[in-house]
Amino acid sequence: MDVIKDRVKSLVKEHGKARENLLPILQGLAEQERFVSEYAMQVIAEEMGLSTADVYGTSTFYSFLDTRPRGKYIIRVCKTITCYMKGKNQILLALEEALKIKLGETTPDKKFTLLETNCLGWCHKAPAMLINDDVHTDLTVEKVHQIISEYKQLTYTTLKD
Amino acid sequence: MGKNILKRIDLIFKDEADCKSVLKKSLQKTNDELINELIASGLKGRGGAGFPTGLKWKLTSEQKADSKYVICNADEGEPGTFKDREILTQVPYKVLTGMALCGRIIGAKQGFIYLRGEYKYLLKDLNVEIENFQAICQELKLNFKVDVFMGYGAYICGEESALFESMEGKRGEPRNKPPYPSEHGYLGKPTVINNVETLAHTFTIFQYGAGKFKDLGVQDSYGSKLFSISGDTPIPGIYELELGMTVEDFVNDFGDGDTKAVQVGGASGFCVPRKKFRETRIGYQGKLTGISLPTGGSMMLFNSSRSMYNLLSNYLEFFTEESCGQCTPCRVGTQQLIEGIRAVKRGDKNAAYLEKLLALTETMKGTAKCGLGQSVANSFQSIVENFREEMIF
Repeated sequence: MDVIKDRVKSLVKEHGKARENLLPILQGLAEQERFVSEYAMQVIAEEMGLSTADVYGTSTFYSFLDTRPRGKYIIRVCKTITCYMKGKNQILLALEEALKIKLGETTPDKKFTLLETNCLGWCHKAPAMLINDDVHTDLTVEKVHQIISEYKQLTYTTLKD
Repeated sequence: MGKNILKRIDLIFKDEADCKSVLKKSLQKTNDELINELIASGLKGRGGAGFPTGLKWKLTSEQKADSKYVICNADEGEPGTFKDREILTQVPYKVLTGMALCGRIIGAKQGFIYLRGEYKYLLKDLNVEIENFQAICQELKLNFKVDVFMGYGAYICGEESALFESMEGKRGEPRNKPPYPSEHGYLGKPTVINNVETLAHTFTIFQYGAGKFKDLGVQDSYGSKLFSISGDTPIPGIYELELGMTVEDFVNDFGDGDTKAVQVGGASGFCVPRKKFRETRIGYQGKLTGISLPTGGSMMLFNSSRSMYNLLSNYLEFFTEESCGQCTPCRVGTQQLIEGIRAVKRGDKNAAYLEKLLALTETMKGTAKCGLGQSVANSFQSIVENFREEMIF
Protein backbone atom coordinates (compact mmCIF):
# COMPACT_ATOMS: atom_id res chain seq x y z
CA MET A 1 0.00 0.00 0.00
CA ASP A 2 1.35 3.39 -0.96
CA VAL A 3 0.58 5.72 1.95
CA ILE A 4 1.82 8.83 0.16
CA LYS A 5 -0.31 8.14 -2.87
CA ASP A 6 -3.41 7.62 -0.73
CA ARG A 7 -2.79 10.80 1.20
CA VAL A 8 -2.18 12.85 -1.93
CA LYS A 9 -5.27 11.44 -3.58
CA SER A 10 -7.50 12.34 -0.69
CA LEU A 11 -5.96 15.83 -0.43
CA VAL A 12 -6.47 16.44 -4.16
CA LYS A 13 -10.04 15.22 -3.80
CA GLU A 14 -10.60 17.59 -0.89
CA HIS A 15 -9.08 20.71 -2.48
CA GLY A 16 -9.47 20.15 -6.22
CA LYS A 17 -7.07 19.73 -9.13
CA ALA A 18 -6.67 23.39 -10.10
CA ARG A 19 -3.18 24.81 -9.76
CA GLU A 20 -4.30 27.33 -7.12
CA ASN A 21 -4.86 24.42 -4.74
CA LEU A 22 -1.25 23.29 -4.90
CA LEU A 23 -0.06 25.13 -1.79
CA PRO A 24 -2.93 23.91 0.44
CA ILE A 25 -2.25 20.37 -0.80
CA LEU A 26 1.47 20.64 -0.08
CA GLN A 27 0.69 22.09 3.35
CA GLY A 28 -1.75 19.29 4.07
CA LEU A 29 0.81 16.65 3.19
CA ALA A 30 3.59 18.35 5.14
CA GLU A 31 1.36 18.43 8.19
CA GLN A 32 0.78 14.68 7.98
CA GLU A 33 4.24 13.57 6.89
CA ARG A 34 6.30 16.40 8.45
CA PHE A 35 7.89 16.97 5.04
CA VAL A 36 7.30 16.67 1.30
CA SER A 37 9.63 14.19 -0.40
CA GLU A 38 10.61 14.28 -4.05
CA TYR A 39 8.54 11.16 -4.53
CA ALA A 40 5.53 12.96 -3.04
CA MET A 41 6.12 15.86 -5.43
CA GLN A 42 5.98 13.43 -8.36
CA VAL A 43 2.75 11.93 -7.09
CA ILE A 44 1.19 15.37 -6.60
CA ALA A 45 2.24 16.41 -10.10
CA GLU A 46 0.69 13.27 -11.53
CA GLU A 47 -2.56 13.66 -9.61
CA MET A 48 -2.93 17.36 -10.45
CA GLY A 49 -1.78 17.16 -14.04
CA LEU A 50 1.19 19.47 -13.45
CA SER A 51 4.84 19.10 -14.36
CA THR A 52 7.03 17.74 -11.58
CA ALA A 53 9.31 20.75 -12.07
CA ASP A 54 6.44 23.11 -11.25
CA VAL A 55 5.59 21.21 -8.09
CA TYR A 56 9.27 21.08 -7.13
CA GLY A 57 9.60 24.83 -7.74
CA THR A 58 6.70 25.68 -5.48
CA SER A 59 7.65 23.12 -2.82
CA THR A 60 11.16 24.43 -2.43
CA PHE A 61 10.20 28.11 -2.28
CA TYR A 62 8.45 28.31 1.08
CA SER A 63 10.60 28.18 4.18
CA PHE A 64 7.92 26.44 6.27
CA LEU A 65 7.45 23.75 3.68
CA ASP A 66 10.05 21.20 4.63
CA THR A 67 11.48 19.04 1.88
CA ARG A 68 13.67 17.05 4.25
CA PRO A 69 12.43 14.73 7.00
CA ARG A 70 11.59 16.62 10.19
CA GLY A 71 10.62 15.72 13.72
CA LYS A 72 7.10 15.72 15.07
CA TYR A 73 7.73 19.03 16.76
CA ILE A 74 9.45 21.59 14.59
CA ILE A 75 10.97 24.36 16.69
CA ARG A 76 11.61 27.63 14.86
CA VAL A 77 13.51 30.22 16.87
CA CYS A 78 13.18 33.80 15.66
CA LYS A 79 16.57 35.26 14.76
CA THR A 80 15.51 38.68 13.48
CA ILE A 81 16.67 41.90 15.04
CA THR A 82 14.64 42.31 18.24
CA CYS A 83 14.86 38.65 19.21
CA TYR A 84 18.56 38.78 18.40
CA MET A 85 18.97 41.84 20.65
CA LYS A 86 16.99 40.24 23.45
CA GLY A 87 19.16 37.15 23.58
CA LYS A 88 18.01 34.56 21.05
CA ASN A 89 21.50 33.07 21.05
CA GLN A 90 21.09 32.09 24.72
CA ILE A 91 17.74 30.56 23.83
CA LEU A 92 19.29 28.52 21.04
CA LEU A 93 22.03 27.27 23.36
CA ALA A 94 19.43 26.27 25.93
CA LEU A 95 17.45 24.39 23.28
CA GLU A 96 20.56 22.61 22.01
CA GLU A 97 21.32 21.60 25.54
CA ALA A 98 17.79 20.44 26.32
CA LEU A 99 17.44 18.49 23.07
CA LYS A 100 21.08 17.36 22.75
CA ILE A 101 21.15 18.36 19.09
CA LYS A 102 22.60 21.23 17.09
CA LEU A 103 20.74 23.84 15.09
CA GLY A 104 19.30 22.25 11.93
CA GLU A 105 19.25 18.74 13.39
CA THR A 106 16.49 16.33 14.40
CA THR A 107 16.59 14.25 17.57
CA PRO A 108 17.25 10.52 16.99
CA ASP A 109 13.73 9.66 18.21
CA LYS A 110 12.39 11.98 15.46
CA LYS A 111 10.48 14.00 17.99
CA PHE A 112 12.13 17.44 17.67
CA THR A 113 13.76 19.45 14.90
CA LEU A 114 15.57 22.67 15.80
CA LEU A 115 15.55 25.49 13.23
CA GLU A 116 15.85 29.24 13.05
CA THR A 117 13.39 31.47 11.24
CA ASN A 118 12.88 35.11 10.33
CA CYS A 119 10.67 37.61 12.16
CA LEU A 120 7.71 35.88 13.82
CA GLY A 121 5.91 39.11 14.67
CA TRP A 122 6.40 38.95 18.45
CA CYS A 123 9.11 41.62 18.72
CA HIS A 124 7.44 43.22 21.76
CA LYS A 125 7.69 39.89 23.58
CA ALA A 126 11.11 38.81 22.37
CA PRO A 127 12.73 36.35 22.25
CA ALA A 128 10.12 34.16 20.63
CA MET A 129 9.82 30.75 18.99
CA LEU A 130 7.26 28.54 17.32
CA ILE A 131 6.77 24.87 18.13
CA ASN A 132 4.71 23.67 15.21
CA ASP A 133 1.89 26.28 15.19
CA ASP A 134 2.15 27.27 18.85
CA VAL A 135 3.85 30.49 19.86
CA HIS A 136 6.13 30.83 22.88
CA THR A 137 7.26 34.33 23.86
CA ASP A 138 9.29 36.21 26.48
CA LEU A 139 11.63 33.23 26.53
CA THR A 140 14.26 32.69 29.17
CA VAL A 141 16.67 29.78 29.57
CA GLU A 142 14.53 28.45 32.42
CA LYS A 143 11.35 28.75 30.42
CA VAL A 144 12.90 26.88 27.49
CA HIS A 145 13.80 23.91 29.69
CA GLN A 146 10.31 23.92 31.17
CA ILE A 147 8.63 24.01 27.73
CA ILE A 148 10.80 21.25 26.29
CA SER A 149 10.22 18.97 29.25
CA GLU A 150 6.48 19.46 28.80
CA TYR A 151 6.68 18.60 25.09
CA LYS A 152 8.82 15.56 25.83
CA GLN A 153 6.00 14.16 27.92
CA LEU A 154 3.40 14.70 25.23
CA THR A 155 2.32 11.87 22.99
CA TYR A 156 1.45 13.19 19.60
CA THR A 157 -1.31 11.04 18.24
CA THR A 158 -2.45 12.86 15.13
CA LEU A 159 0.74 12.15 13.23
CA LYS A 160 1.83 8.89 11.75
CA ASP A 161 3.69 6.36 13.94
CA MET B 1 10.84 58.90 28.69
CA GLY B 2 7.21 58.05 29.34
CA LYS B 3 6.20 61.68 28.96
CA ASN B 4 2.96 60.99 27.12
CA ILE B 5 3.46 63.87 24.71
CA LEU B 6 1.68 62.01 21.95
CA LYS B 7 -2.05 61.60 22.10
CA ARG B 8 -3.17 57.99 22.33
CA ILE B 9 -5.99 57.22 19.90
CA ASP B 10 -8.53 54.49 20.40
CA LEU B 11 -10.37 53.80 17.17
CA ILE B 12 -9.09 50.53 15.78
CA PHE B 13 -9.37 48.35 18.87
CA LYS B 14 -12.45 50.09 20.24
CA ASP B 15 -14.99 47.34 20.41
CA GLU B 16 -17.97 48.27 18.33
CA ALA B 17 -20.66 45.90 19.44
CA ASP B 18 -22.58 45.85 16.22
CA CYS B 19 -20.91 45.25 12.88
CA LYS B 20 -24.29 44.37 11.44
CA SER B 21 -25.59 47.93 11.85
CA VAL B 22 -22.52 49.42 10.15
CA LEU B 23 -22.87 46.95 7.32
CA LYS B 24 -26.61 47.58 7.04
CA LYS B 25 -26.24 51.35 7.13
CA SER B 26 -23.49 51.28 4.50
CA LEU B 27 -25.36 48.92 2.21
CA GLN B 28 -28.16 51.48 1.97
CA LYS B 29 -25.71 53.93 0.39
CA THR B 30 -24.72 53.81 -3.26
CA ASN B 31 -21.29 52.58 -4.32
CA ASP B 32 -20.36 56.11 -5.37
CA GLU B 33 -21.33 57.50 -1.99
CA LEU B 34 -19.14 54.97 -0.21
CA ILE B 35 -16.17 55.51 -2.50
CA ASN B 36 -16.48 59.27 -2.13
CA GLU B 37 -16.54 58.90 1.65
CA LEU B 38 -13.31 56.89 1.49
CA ILE B 39 -11.65 59.34 -0.87
CA ALA B 40 -12.74 62.26 1.34
CA SER B 41 -11.16 60.57 4.37
CA GLY B 42 -7.74 60.66 2.74
CA LEU B 43 -7.06 57.10 3.92
CA LYS B 44 -3.84 55.70 2.50
CA GLY B 45 -2.69 52.08 2.58
CA ARG B 46 -1.39 51.11 6.01
CA GLY B 47 0.93 48.37 4.80
CA GLY B 48 3.61 50.97 4.17
CA ALA B 49 3.30 51.90 0.51
CA GLY B 50 0.55 54.44 1.15
CA PHE B 51 -1.57 54.20 -1.99
CA PRO B 52 -4.92 56.05 -1.56
CA THR B 53 -7.47 53.39 -0.63
CA GLY B 54 -10.54 55.09 -2.12
CA LEU B 55 -8.81 55.43 -5.47
CA LYS B 56 -7.76 51.79 -5.44
CA TRP B 57 -11.35 50.68 -4.91
CA LYS B 58 -12.62 53.11 -7.54
CA LEU B 59 -10.15 51.93 -10.19
CA THR B 60 -11.04 48.31 -9.55
CA SER B 61 -14.78 49.04 -9.59
CA GLU B 62 -14.43 50.57 -13.06
CA GLN B 63 -12.95 47.38 -14.52
CA LYS B 64 -15.25 45.07 -16.47
CA ALA B 65 -14.71 41.41 -15.66
CA ASP B 66 -16.68 38.23 -15.02
CA SER B 67 -15.14 37.87 -11.59
CA LYS B 68 -13.19 40.08 -9.19
CA TYR B 69 -11.57 39.49 -5.83
CA VAL B 70 -10.97 41.25 -2.52
CA ILE B 71 -7.84 40.17 -0.71
CA CYS B 72 -6.80 41.09 2.79
CA ASN B 73 -3.02 41.02 3.03
CA ALA B 74 -2.21 39.47 6.41
CA ASP B 75 1.29 38.35 5.42
CA GLU B 76 2.74 40.67 8.04
CA GLY B 77 6.44 39.89 7.81
CA GLU B 78 8.36 43.14 8.06
CA PRO B 79 10.75 42.88 11.01
CA GLY B 80 9.30 44.79 13.92
CA THR B 81 5.68 44.67 12.76
CA PHE B 82 3.01 42.80 14.69
CA LYS B 83 -0.10 45.00 14.67
CA ASP B 84 -2.10 43.10 12.02
CA ARG B 85 -2.01 40.00 14.16
CA GLU B 86 -3.57 41.95 17.00
CA ILE B 87 -6.30 43.38 14.74
CA LEU B 88 -7.21 39.90 13.53
CA THR B 89 -7.24 38.72 17.13
CA GLN B 90 -9.27 41.55 18.65
CA VAL B 91 -11.48 43.06 15.94
CA PRO B 92 -11.58 40.71 12.93
CA TYR B 93 -15.19 41.72 12.20
CA LYS B 94 -14.00 45.21 11.24
CA VAL B 95 -11.70 43.73 8.62
CA LEU B 96 -14.42 41.40 7.34
CA THR B 97 -16.92 44.26 7.12
CA GLY B 98 -14.44 46.34 5.12
CA MET B 99 -13.83 43.40 2.79
CA ALA B 100 -17.55 42.76 2.25
CA LEU B 101 -18.29 46.41 1.50
CA CYS B 102 -15.34 46.53 -0.87
CA GLY B 103 -16.79 43.42 -2.51
CA ARG B 104 -20.13 45.10 -3.11
CA ILE B 105 -18.49 48.26 -4.43
CA ILE B 106 -16.15 46.59 -6.91
CA GLY B 107 -18.45 43.69 -7.76
CA ALA B 108 -16.55 40.85 -6.10
CA LYS B 109 -18.25 37.86 -4.53
CA GLN B 110 -15.16 36.21 -3.14
CA GLY B 111 -12.67 37.47 -0.61
CA PHE B 112 -9.52 35.92 0.82
CA ILE B 113 -7.42 36.60 3.86
CA TYR B 114 -3.82 35.65 3.08
CA LEU B 115 -2.57 34.74 6.54
CA ARG B 116 1.13 34.22 7.12
CA GLY B 117 2.12 30.74 8.26
CA GLU B 118 3.63 32.14 11.45
CA TYR B 119 0.10 33.14 12.54
CA LYS B 120 -1.54 29.79 11.88
CA TYR B 121 -2.55 29.51 15.51
CA LEU B 122 -5.13 32.25 14.72
CA LEU B 123 -6.86 30.16 12.08
CA LYS B 124 -9.38 28.38 14.30
CA ASP B 125 -10.78 31.53 15.90
CA LEU B 126 -10.68 33.41 12.64
CA ASN B 127 -12.75 30.75 10.90
CA VAL B 128 -15.36 31.01 13.65
CA GLU B 129 -15.48 34.80 13.15
CA ILE B 130 -15.83 34.31 9.41
CA GLU B 131 -18.69 31.87 9.91
CA ASN B 132 -20.54 34.34 12.14
CA PHE B 133 -19.92 37.09 9.67
CA GLN B 134 -21.12 34.99 6.77
CA ALA B 135 -24.42 34.51 8.60
CA ILE B 136 -24.82 38.30 8.89
CA CYS B 137 -24.08 38.72 5.18
CA GLN B 138 -26.74 36.16 4.37
CA GLU B 139 -29.25 37.91 6.58
CA LEU B 140 -28.54 41.19 4.78
CA LYS B 141 -28.68 39.41 1.42
CA LEU B 142 -25.08 40.26 0.64
CA ASN B 143 -23.49 37.64 -1.57
CA PHE B 144 -19.89 37.62 -0.38
CA LYS B 145 -17.74 34.71 0.74
CA VAL B 146 -14.47 34.89 2.66
CA ASP B 147 -11.83 32.16 2.88
CA VAL B 148 -8.45 32.07 4.55
CA PHE B 149 -5.41 31.17 2.45
CA MET B 150 -2.38 30.12 4.47
CA GLY B 151 1.03 31.49 3.62
CA TYR B 152 4.02 29.34 4.49
CA GLY B 153 6.98 31.38 5.66
CA ALA B 154 7.93 33.71 2.81
CA TYR B 155 8.35 37.43 3.51
CA ILE B 156 8.21 38.29 -0.17
CA CYS B 157 4.60 37.09 -0.38
CA GLY B 158 3.60 40.31 1.38
CA GLU B 159 4.41 41.98 -1.95
CA GLU B 160 1.02 41.99 -3.62
CA SER B 161 1.87 40.37 -6.94
CA ALA B 162 4.02 37.71 -5.23
CA LEU B 163 1.02 37.05 -3.01
CA PHE B 164 -1.17 36.40 -6.06
CA GLU B 165 1.45 34.05 -7.48
CA SER B 166 1.56 32.21 -4.17
CA MET B 167 -2.23 31.87 -4.11
CA GLU B 168 -2.08 30.52 -7.64
CA GLY B 169 0.14 27.68 -6.45
CA LYS B 170 3.39 29.09 -7.76
CA ARG B 171 6.65 30.33 -6.30
CA GLY B 172 6.07 33.69 -4.61
CA GLU B 173 7.91 35.72 -7.23
CA PRO B 174 6.74 39.28 -7.90
CA ARG B 175 5.30 40.12 -11.31
CA ASN B 176 6.16 43.01 -13.57
CA LYS B 177 4.04 46.10 -13.01
CA PRO B 178 2.02 47.40 -14.74
CA PRO B 179 -0.51 45.87 -15.08
CA TYR B 180 -1.55 46.64 -11.51
CA PRO B 181 -3.85 44.46 -9.39
CA SER B 182 -6.83 46.72 -10.17
CA GLU B 183 -6.66 45.32 -13.71
CA HIS B 184 -4.78 42.07 -13.40
CA GLY B 185 -4.63 40.52 -9.94
CA TYR B 186 -5.43 37.08 -8.56
CA LEU B 187 -6.02 34.64 -11.45
CA GLY B 188 -5.61 37.61 -13.79
CA LYS B 189 -8.82 39.22 -12.52
CA PRO B 190 -9.28 42.76 -11.14
CA THR B 191 -8.39 42.57 -7.46
CA VAL B 192 -8.37 44.93 -4.52
CA ILE B 193 -5.63 43.97 -2.12
CA ASN B 194 -5.46 45.88 1.16
CA ASN B 195 -3.50 45.58 4.35
CA VAL B 196 -5.39 44.35 7.44
CA GLU B 197 -5.18 47.73 9.14
CA THR B 198 -6.40 49.61 6.06
CA LEU B 199 -9.54 47.47 5.98
CA ALA B 200 -10.10 48.03 9.70
CA HIS B 201 -9.87 51.80 9.10
CA THR B 202 -12.52 51.61 6.37
CA PHE B 203 -14.90 50.25 9.02
CA THR B 204 -14.27 53.33 11.18
CA ILE B 205 -14.77 55.63 8.21
CA PHE B 206 -18.03 53.97 7.15
CA GLN B 207 -19.20 54.02 10.74
CA TYR B 208 -18.37 57.59 11.73
CA GLY B 209 -17.86 59.30 8.38
CA ALA B 210 -14.70 60.70 6.83
CA GLY B 211 -14.62 63.73 9.16
CA LYS B 212 -13.73 61.89 12.34
CA PHE B 213 -10.83 60.18 10.59
CA LYS B 214 -9.58 63.30 8.87
CA ASP B 215 -9.56 65.25 12.13
CA LEU B 216 -6.53 63.18 13.06
CA GLY B 217 -3.06 63.45 11.59
CA VAL B 218 -1.61 66.15 9.39
CA GLN B 219 -1.91 67.25 5.79
CA ASP B 220 -1.26 64.40 3.34
CA SER B 221 -1.06 61.95 6.24
CA TYR B 222 -4.52 61.92 7.73
CA GLY B 223 -5.84 59.64 10.40
CA SER B 224 -4.30 57.46 13.03
CA LYS B 225 -1.95 54.55 12.59
CA LEU B 226 -1.05 51.53 14.61
CA PHE B 227 2.58 51.41 15.59
CA SER B 228 4.38 48.23 16.55
CA ILE B 229 6.99 49.42 19.03
CA SER B 230 9.89 47.23 20.10
CA GLY B 231 13.58 47.15 20.86
CA ASP B 232 15.12 49.21 23.67
CA THR B 233 11.95 50.61 25.18
CA PRO B 234 10.47 50.07 28.63
CA ILE B 235 6.99 49.85 27.12
CA PRO B 236 7.04 47.72 23.95
CA GLY B 237 3.68 46.97 22.35
CA ILE B 238 1.06 48.22 19.92
CA TYR B 239 -0.02 51.85 20.09
CA GLU B 240 -2.44 53.85 17.99
CA LEU B 241 -1.02 57.32 17.35
CA GLU B 242 -1.64 60.21 14.98
CA LEU B 243 0.41 60.46 11.83
CA GLY B 244 2.74 63.43 11.56
CA MET B 245 4.60 63.09 14.89
CA THR B 246 8.29 63.89 15.12
CA VAL B 247 10.71 61.12 16.01
CA GLU B 248 11.85 63.32 18.91
CA ASP B 249 8.38 63.28 20.49
CA PHE B 250 8.16 59.57 19.81
CA VAL B 251 11.48 58.92 21.55
CA ASN B 252 10.48 61.06 24.51
CA ASP B 253 7.42 58.88 24.95
CA PHE B 254 8.86 55.48 24.20
CA GLY B 255 12.64 55.66 24.56
CA ASP B 256 14.64 54.38 27.51
CA GLY B 257 16.47 57.69 28.00
CA ASP B 258 19.46 56.53 25.97
CA THR B 259 18.03 56.15 22.47
CA LYS B 260 20.72 56.22 19.81
CA ALA B 261 18.65 55.48 16.74
CA VAL B 262 15.13 54.58 15.65
CA GLN B 263 14.44 52.25 12.76
CA VAL B 264 11.28 53.45 11.04
CA GLY B 265 9.50 50.97 8.77
CA GLY B 266 11.42 47.81 9.62
CA ALA B 267 14.42 46.35 7.84
CA SER B 268 13.19 47.86 4.57
CA GLY B 269 12.77 51.27 6.20
CA PHE B 270 15.08 54.01 7.41
CA CYS B 271 17.37 54.29 10.39
CA VAL B 272 17.10 57.71 12.04
CA PRO B 273 20.13 58.76 14.13
CA ARG B 274 19.76 60.89 17.28
CA LYS B 275 20.84 64.10 15.56
CA LYS B 276 17.91 63.83 13.13
CA PHE B 277 15.17 63.03 15.66
CA ARG B 278 13.80 66.56 15.67
CA GLU B 279 13.60 67.14 11.93
CA THR B 280 12.11 63.76 11.05
CA ARG B 281 8.39 63.17 11.01
CA ILE B 282 6.39 59.99 10.58
CA GLY B 283 3.99 60.15 7.68
CA TYR B 284 3.66 59.73 3.94
CA GLN B 285 5.83 61.90 1.76
CA GLY B 286 3.97 65.04 0.86
CA LYS B 287 3.88 68.64 1.91
CA LEU B 288 5.33 68.05 5.35
CA THR B 289 8.36 70.13 6.10
CA GLY B 290 11.63 68.38 6.76
CA ILE B 291 12.19 64.67 6.31
CA SER B 292 9.05 62.58 6.22
CA LEU B 293 9.24 58.83 6.59
CA PRO B 294 6.45 56.39 5.75
CA THR B 295 6.06 53.23 7.78
CA GLY B 296 3.94 50.14 7.90
CA GLY B 297 4.04 50.75 11.64
CA SER B 298 7.34 49.18 12.64
CA MET B 299 9.27 51.36 15.09
CA MET B 300 12.36 49.82 16.65
CA LEU B 301 14.43 51.69 19.20
CA PHE B 302 18.12 51.13 19.80
CA ASN B 303 20.13 52.47 22.72
CA SER B 304 23.82 53.25 22.84
CA SER B 305 24.75 49.68 23.87
CA ARG B 306 23.81 48.45 20.39
CA SER B 307 26.24 47.94 17.53
CA MET B 308 24.89 49.39 14.32
CA TYR B 309 27.12 47.00 12.39
CA ASN B 310 25.36 44.05 13.99
CA LEU B 311 22.05 45.67 13.23
CA LEU B 312 22.83 46.12 9.54
CA SER B 313 24.33 42.67 9.34
CA ASN B 314 21.11 41.19 10.77
CA TYR B 315 18.98 43.08 8.24
CA LEU B 316 21.17 41.96 5.36
CA GLU B 317 20.99 38.34 6.46
CA PHE B 318 17.24 38.75 6.48
CA PHE B 319 17.14 40.18 2.96
CA THR B 320 19.59 37.60 1.60
CA GLU B 321 17.35 34.81 2.84
CA GLU B 322 14.07 36.40 1.87
CA SER B 323 15.07 37.58 -1.61
CA CYS B 324 13.04 35.41 -3.99
CA GLY B 325 16.09 35.05 -6.25
CA GLN B 326 14.24 35.95 -9.40
CA CYS B 327 16.13 39.11 -10.39
CA THR B 328 19.90 39.49 -10.33
CA PRO B 329 20.25 42.91 -8.65
CA CYS B 330 18.46 41.67 -5.54
CA ARG B 331 19.72 38.07 -5.45
CA VAL B 332 23.37 38.92 -5.99
CA GLY B 333 23.20 42.42 -4.53
CA THR B 334 22.05 41.33 -1.08
CA GLN B 335 24.79 38.69 -0.93
CA GLN B 336 27.49 41.13 -2.04
CA LEU B 337 26.39 43.71 0.51
CA ILE B 338 26.70 41.32 3.41
CA GLU B 339 30.04 39.98 2.17
CA GLY B 340 31.14 43.57 1.63
CA ILE B 341 30.45 44.92 5.10
CA ARG B 342 32.08 41.83 6.63
CA ALA B 343 35.18 42.40 4.52
CA VAL B 344 35.39 46.05 5.61
CA LYS B 345 34.91 45.08 9.25
CA ARG B 346 37.66 42.44 9.00
CA GLY B 347 39.94 44.95 7.32
CA ASP B 348 40.19 42.96 4.09
CA LYS B 349 38.75 45.96 2.29
CA ASN B 350 39.47 49.56 3.13
CA ALA B 351 36.85 52.07 4.22
CA ALA B 352 36.49 53.48 0.70
CA TYR B 353 34.90 50.16 -0.27
CA LEU B 354 31.79 51.35 1.56
CA GLU B 355 31.29 53.85 -1.29
CA LYS B 356 31.18 50.98 -3.76
CA LEU B 357 28.61 49.22 -1.63
CA LEU B 358 26.54 52.41 -1.39
CA ALA B 359 26.65 52.69 -5.18
CA LEU B 360 25.52 49.07 -5.40
CA THR B 361 22.44 49.85 -3.30
CA GLU B 362 21.63 52.71 -5.69
CA THR B 363 21.81 50.25 -8.57
CA MET B 364 19.53 47.86 -6.70
CA LYS B 365 17.11 50.69 -6.04
CA GLY B 366 16.94 51.44 -9.73
CA THR B 367 16.94 47.96 -11.18
CA ALA B 368 15.46 45.44 -8.75
CA LYS B 369 12.10 44.14 -9.84
CA CYS B 370 10.16 44.74 -6.65
CA GLY B 371 10.08 46.65 -3.40
CA LEU B 372 12.27 44.15 -1.56
CA GLY B 373 15.39 44.66 -3.64
CA GLN B 374 14.70 48.36 -4.11
CA SER B 375 14.29 49.11 -0.42
CA VAL B 376 17.49 47.45 0.80
CA ALA B 377 19.04 50.82 -0.02
CA ASN B 378 16.92 52.53 2.65
CA SER B 379 18.37 50.82 5.67
CA PHE B 380 21.81 50.29 4.17
CA GLN B 381 22.37 53.92 3.23
CA SER B 382 20.84 55.39 6.38
CA ILE B 383 22.97 53.16 8.61
CA VAL B 384 26.24 53.35 6.70
CA GLU B 385 26.04 57.10 6.19
CA ASN B 386 25.07 57.93 9.77
CA PHE B 387 27.19 55.34 11.57
CA ARG B 388 30.13 55.00 9.22
CA GLU B 389 32.76 54.62 11.94
CA GLU B 390 30.88 51.66 13.44
CA MET B 391 31.07 49.89 10.09
CA ILE B 392 34.86 50.22 9.97
CA PHE B 393 36.16 49.83 13.53
